Amino acid sequence: MPENALPSRRDAPDGRYDVAVIGAGVVGCAIARRFTLDGARVVVLEKAAEVLDGASKANSAILHTGFDAPVGTLEAAAIRAGHAEYLEIRERLGLPLIACGALVVAWTEAEAARLPALVATAHANEVADVVPLSAAEARALEPELGPGVAGAFRVPGEALIDPWSAPHAYLAQALLNGADLRLDAEVRGGRHDGDWRLDTTQGPVRAGLVVNAAGLFGDHVEERLLGASRFAIRPRKGQFLVYDKTAAALASHILLPVPTEITKGIVVCRTAWGNLLVGPTAEEQEDRTTAALDGATLAGLRARAEAILPALKDHEITAIYAGLRPATEEKGYRVRAVPERSYIAVGGIRSTGLSAALGLAQHVRRLWDRPAAPIAAPLWPTLPNLAETATRDWQRPGNGGIVCHCERVTRREIEAALAGPLPARTFAGLKRRTRVTMGRCQGFYCGAALAGLTAGRLAVPMLAEPGDAPDREADDA
Amino acid sequence: MSGPDLAIVGAGPAGLSAAIAARRHGLDVVVIEREGEAGGIPRHCAHPPFGLREFGRVMTGPAYARRLAAAAREAGAEIRTGTTVVAIEPGPRLVLASDAGAGELAPRRVLLATGVRETTRAARLIGGSKPAGVMNTGTLQGLVHLEGRRPFLRPLIVGTELVAFSAILTCRHAGIVPRAMVEAGEAVTARWPAALLPRLLGIPIWRGTALVAIEGERQVNAAVLQGADGRRRRVATDGIVLTGGFRPEATLVRTSHLALDKATGGPEIDQFGRTSDPAIFAAGNVLRPVETAGWCFREGRRMAGFVAASLADALPDPEPSLRLVAADGYAWVLPQRIVGGEGSREGALQLRVTRPLAGRPVVATEPAVRGAPFASRPERRLSFPLAALPAAATGTATIAVEPDEALR
Ligand SMILES: Cc1cc2nc3c(=O)[nH]c(=O)nc-3n(C[C@H](O)[C@H](O)[C@H](O)COP(=O)(O)OP(=O)(O)OC[C@H]3O[C@@H](n4cnc5c(N)ncnc54)[C@H](O)[C@@H]3O)c2cc1C
Ligand SMILES: Cc1cc2nc3c(=O)[nH]c(=O)nc-3n(C[C@H](O)[C@H](O)[C@H](O)COP(=O)(O)OP(=O)(O)OC[C@H]3O[C@@H](n4cnc5c(N)ncnc54)[C@H](O)[C@@H]3O)c2cc1C
Repeated sequence: MPENALPSRRDAPDGRYDVAVIGAGVVGCAIARRFTLDGARVVVLEKAAEVLDGASKANSAILHTGFDAPVGTLEAAAIRAGHAEYLEIRERLGLPLIACGALVVAWTEAEAARLPALVATAHANEVADVVPLSAAEARALEPELGPGVAGAFRVPGEALIDPWSAPHAYLAQALLNGADLRLDAEVRGGRHDGDWRLDTTQGPVRAGLVVNAAGLFGDHVEERLLGASRFAIRPRKGQFLVYDKTAAALASHILLPVPTEITKGIVVCRTAWGNLLVGPTAEEQEDRTTAALDGATLAGLRARAEAILPALKDHEITAIYAGLRPATEEKGYRVRAVPERSYIAVGGIRSTGLSAALGLAQHVRRLWDRPAAPIAAPLWPTLPNLAETATRDWQRPGNGGIVCHCERVTRREIEAALAGPLPARTFAGLKRRTRVTMGRCQGFYCGAALAGLTAGRLAVPMLAEPGDAPDREADDA
Repeated sequence: MSGPDLAIVGAGPAGLSAAIAARRHGLDVVVIEREGEAGGIPRHCAHPPFGLREFGRVMTGPAYARRLAAAAREAGAEIRTGTTVVAIEPGPRLVLASDAGAGELAPRRVLLATGVRETTRAARLIGGSKPAGVMNTGTLQGLVHLEGRRPFLRPLIVGTELVAFSAILTCRHAGIVPRAMVEAGEAVTARWPAALLPRLLGIPIWRGTALVAIEGERQVNAAVLQGADGRRRRVATDGIVLTGGFRPEATLVRTSHLALDKATGGPEIDQFGRTSDPAIFAAGNVLRPVETAGWCFREGRRMAGFVAASLADALPDPEPSLRLVAADGYAWVLPQRIVGGEGSREGALQLRVTRPLAGRPVVATEPAVRGAPFASRPERRLSFPLAALPAAATGTATIAVEPDEALR
């Protein structure tokens, strides 16, 4: 095992866990926390070398209210409950909240005609505080909006969070209170004979209940465990542009378009770190692991962004990325308990999982028939603040100096991310914990220093050790 | 407590030469540098030729950087490394960050000398996956020369500005053999003899070829290239070096009260190096993409003289001014504002063209002024004497290229 792998602090005495959660995405992290706080012995099994390596590695970071969710569904209820619990626990965990609200903006008369129905949906979803606005009122709130605004409404509760600190905090709290995390532990199969005996790439694991939170591979895992899957993952890619921090002043609200059946559409919003985000696209694909970027699509996004906020023309694009939604052949979440097999699937959490995770965890907990024996005085980890809205480490003494200049990440922050209950094991993991190299220079200034600082300290090093030189025979025309 | 006469932001060639010159003018100088070592970009350009004009001999970048930093210290400038200027406010007041946390400094004058960086993969909107092994020249130099690393063996070098040849030298030093240089345009940007280097080393140059996507999971394993005819091909490679596409590191300007020139990407200045706040000056490559270390050194020295003159109240008023705007054929013009009368017309405008062009410069003042004919390409130095501008002109005037087919 690599040296900085997490030590197993509370191995189940008889080698048996009450609950095995498959997948350390935001959904699995929240479920692990809920069960742990309710007194269960939990193990999280993650096939990747690092947590948040699937769908949860790239999203828009919006904490939704659920105003536009399909009425009466589990999704709507989970977003509502998840949003509420996030607000309740975030200060104790040190998690940010940019309570900026959203504007749903119609850009054509046809879109404007659909606004009243969307407001009605919001009311039906218990989001009572939406405010219809005229085009002039919308423009007064967002003076940088481009020409063509035909109408709008405001959703005060929509907010921005850090898409990684939240799940890190959920999992860190589970770990602090006795849960185990096994990385590089792919679940390959399992037998149920009253207890589950899971076959993983890190050896066998025995557990009472199995929760399948395997995201983009949820159907594969279900097939491996039950023989067949009731749902089929259809990955849906979303590409994004990130503009430099100087652009963040151009929008105060989250600017949402009028959604279609397939997608929430191209959003323009700030980020918790003070950048401006534009995206995502919605593109069906077969590949479940690679979210490839496409230059022409990104150029199209830039054109759309400049139509929404013309002043963006003068701002620099600092980052591009893409994520994959674990969508399925149906629209809704695919959550199902199979009590006789002690199995719960939490599948198809496609485009609202960051908001719904805590609510989903409550729901899944209710699907398990064991009584709660909550931990009397659970421990609460506090995550380092990376948001621009609160004091950053560089402002405090003893920080070791700034290493990543664009994002103002200090040496002390980097050291902290390489240690603690949930240390970074890959460079991507270090980026998600600290934001190093994610700013305007993308590592131009600090890339070399980081290679030195992290040498020998990541399970998967920042720079691959080049093996054989690529061969020109491998070219194709 | 009052601050120093002059705080210089950035200890590259421009900042350090300004520090030395300002000390000679008797000013009390603090240089603030965010890296652990002073010297700027030359710290990791481990090849000659640096220092010929400054020190009368050919040096490597790191030797030059050390020599400059030592000279600045000997001249009595205080260099505070490991300290970042995070904001500039009117006053002037600098907000600082260091191991000690947040701090501030209130000097009488500020000189910005924060340099340039290269355009990233993100800003170039290059598609594909995001494996390790994709970087700018600056990062490659740092990895090889400061960290002793070899991030790949057979990379593609994208771009043919001068710095791309510097990337090749860096590769050579580390035993890395580039597969090819890739140039989107039809011609190599850099002048001979640099452009001879790849042929000497047996590295092909693929002109009219754009990098459209990068492939690989952990490490780059291929690049997708597109020819001028739109045809794509996949080439096996384990790294991508994105060279050039310089842009001023002008974040401090963008986030402050100072006027930014969209054309250069740097602060707007007058011929005395004054930004839109007359207590704040700028020198070196933060002003424009891009010049050599030697040029930046001389520019820093000159601007330090103007800072001293400003403290002695010996500069002309910053207004009224003639504002120059680059148009038709010119990518940018520097300085952007010309102040004062006849007596303040020393020196020249710096210019670059947007594309290979032949013609003569024309400034649309009343009356219009024309300069000598020229033929040039992007990235090549051009100038126009300030003395040729009408002494009394104010307002805004464009400077454009009047095409001349006969010169092509
Ligand atoms: C473009 C985009 C924008 C989005 N915007 C938002 C937003 O603004 N707000 C919001 O609330 N939501 C948003 N989402 C949705 C949100 O990101 C997802 O709903 C969420 O990340 C799904 O998380 P998950 O835990 O279900 O899946 P994942 O994150 O994929 O986690 C599953 C984990 O299981 C692991 N795994 C798979 N197979 C195995 C196995 N056999 N054994 C062990 N481990 C396994 C995987 O490695 C992975 O880590 C967005 C999504 C995308 C793609
Ligand atoms: C990769 C690369 C290779 C090059 N190779 C050559 C070459 O071979 N020959 C050549 O002549 N020119 C080369 N150049 C051009 C180079 O810009 C000049 O040589 C020269 O370094 C410019 O000097 P400068 O003082 O303007 O800026 P720099 O040398 O860039 O120095 C700027 C300094 O400011 C510091 N700084 C920036 N922001 C802050 C802040 N907020 N707070 C505190 N400190 C700050 C930086 O850390 C840096 O030390 C190269 C440029 C690059 C990017």
